[in-house]
Amino acid sequence: MGSTLAEKLISHAAGKEAVRPGETVTVRVDLAMMHDSSGPRRIAPILERLGAEVWDPDKIVLVSDHWVPAVDPQSAEILDITRRWARANNIKAFYDMVGICHVVLPQGGHLKPGMFVVGGDSHSTTGGAFGCYMFGIGATDMAGVLVTGETWIRVPDTIRVEWHGKLRPGVCAKDINLALCARLGLGGAEYRTVEYTGSLVDAMDMEERMTLCNMAAELGAQAGLIAADETTCDWIRATGSDPGDASPWQSDDDADYYATHSFNADELEPQVAAPHSPANAAPASKHSGVHIDQAYIGACTGAKLADLRMAADVLGGRQVASGTRLLVAPASRKDMMAANAEGTLTKLMEAGAIMMPTGCGACAGFGGGVLAEDEVCISSTSRNFQGRMGAQSAKVYLGSPYAVAAAAVAGEIRDPREFLQGA
Amino acid sequence: MGNEGGSAWVFGENIDTDQLAPGGTLKSGIEVIASHCLGALSPDFAKRVRLGDFVVGGRNFGIGSSREQAAQALCHLGVAAVIAPSFGGIFYRNALNFGLLALVCPDAGSISQGDQLSVNPEKGSVQNLTRDEEYSCDTVPSHLMEIVSAGGLVPYLEANRR
Ligand code: SF4
Repeated sequence: MGSTLAEKLISHAAGKEAVRPGETVTVRVDLAMMHDSSGPRRIAPILERLGAEVWDPDKIVLVSDHWVPAVDPQSAEILDITRRWARANNIKAFYDMVGICHVVLPQGGHLKPGMFVVGGDSHSTTGGAFGCYMFGIGATDMAGVLVTGETWIRVPDTIRVEWHGKLRPGVCAKDINLALCARLGLGGAEYRTVEYTGSLVDAMDMEERMTLCNMAAELGAQAGLIAADETTCDWIRATGSDPGDASPWQSDDDADYYATHSFNADELEPQVAAPHSPANAAPASKHSGVHIDQAYIGACTGAKLADLRMAADVLGGRQVASGTRLLVAPASRKDMMAANAEGTLTKLMEAGAIMMPTGCGACAGFGGGVLAEDEVCISSTSRNFQGRMGAQSAKVYLGSPYAVAAAAVAGEIRDPREFLQGA
Repeated sequence: MGNEGGSAWVFGENIDTDQLAPGGTLKSGIEVIASHCLGALSPDFAKRVRLGDFVVGGRNFGIGSSREQAAQALCHLGVAAVIAPSFGGIFYRNALNFGLLALVCPDAGSISQGDQLSVNPEKGSVQNLTRDEEYSCDTVPSHLMEIVSAGGLVPYLEANRR
């Protein structure tokens, strides 16, 4: 019997011929990524208590993205601790306020097919878009990795999710994610690995693949994986890194999957998920007419260059409705500069968008742009749990950047295709 | 461990990390975070939960963020174990790392608020003393049980590194 991609990546990291679902193995870690919130402020006291040093400063990537820029002395302190720790521990790959970790990490050329990577954040599933095994862990787990260079993992079953067909204009990876959440349920993957395949995934660019793997977290997957191909390797080369040989990192034809789900994208409509769960997704038209106070384009999920372009497709030549505000927090400085150079940012700003710093911002309620009691928001972020973006009674709908931009223009939720030529 | 028994606090499905450790409190220390733990669902919980009590949830307990304060808050409040049919994977790891037992129990739904429980993780059983019932739960693998018994990953590493 063959192996799935997940099993191959884990057995490689475990130094074993093969592994099977259910067994618990010790794995060596190729790279550890953490951010200001789960990183040094929580890890430093543990290392101190253990009297331990980090196992390899060159295998650590540190990103300040959650509490940026500081809004009060407490968040300033968190950022200060992060900077001082990076210096004291000689962390060269320290990205301070230049974007969200899951986007900065691949853009910095740190991810390659075949690697085993841990991230101190639940959306670490994003990294699986590059054919490496990346999963999220908490800060104490991370401290264990930093001291030993190892961790344990229970080998998960793999769920194969195939997408075929073509997305219609105005429909994107985010809609696939929301549709999958509705189909499989929040946490429906039950900590198995989800491997995305099929002709539609093959045809996707890296940013859309990242979006796809990003919300494997909402499916409750341990990791979201896409086998590397030429698209992956070209993208990695463009960052200045060498992708190495991606050919071993594919699932075998006779691999054993826990389940296979096959979908056709031809008929998929733009989706919107109602509060307070991504699994409450339905065609956007079903929520048509819901008044929106704040439209938010942000997060690792929905503010990369491709996402900003989607928003600009809707917003170009239009104005944000009065009584509605549009906030845009680009996912990284790189994306923001590229969007600026090509005129995408201008389209957003001319439409009335309020530009926010690159970073997590309002996504998890840490930065600027949080919601008042009873306010209604539509957001390109990944989760809409109650209270996550501000007040407990605030309501957050999730949609693609197209859907968020359309709601900003209309002042209410609409099917974004009403605003797209040829859609 | 935990055999002296404690009361069950019963919650529903998909208890997420924002409900366990609200984002707005995360800048603060664990005392403040814990005082808001599950507050949106049960305003009294943090005040009234007793040392050795149990939290019982539906599927996907602890789904969401990797913030380990979600598990640490329950620990801080003295919760002896969380019992649920399934857990968010990161929460499960975090719980063990804080020495908090997370027991996968398909019959968790049979437990009612206030039931007196005791658990035996090595044997894989949950006793409902109020109803005189016994439910089976997954056993915690022995090397992870060592981490729990040590009081979490940090004390475990402390004892085993030198
Ligand atoms: S943008 Fe949101 S989902 Fe992404 S890492 Fe930041 S808080 Fe998490």
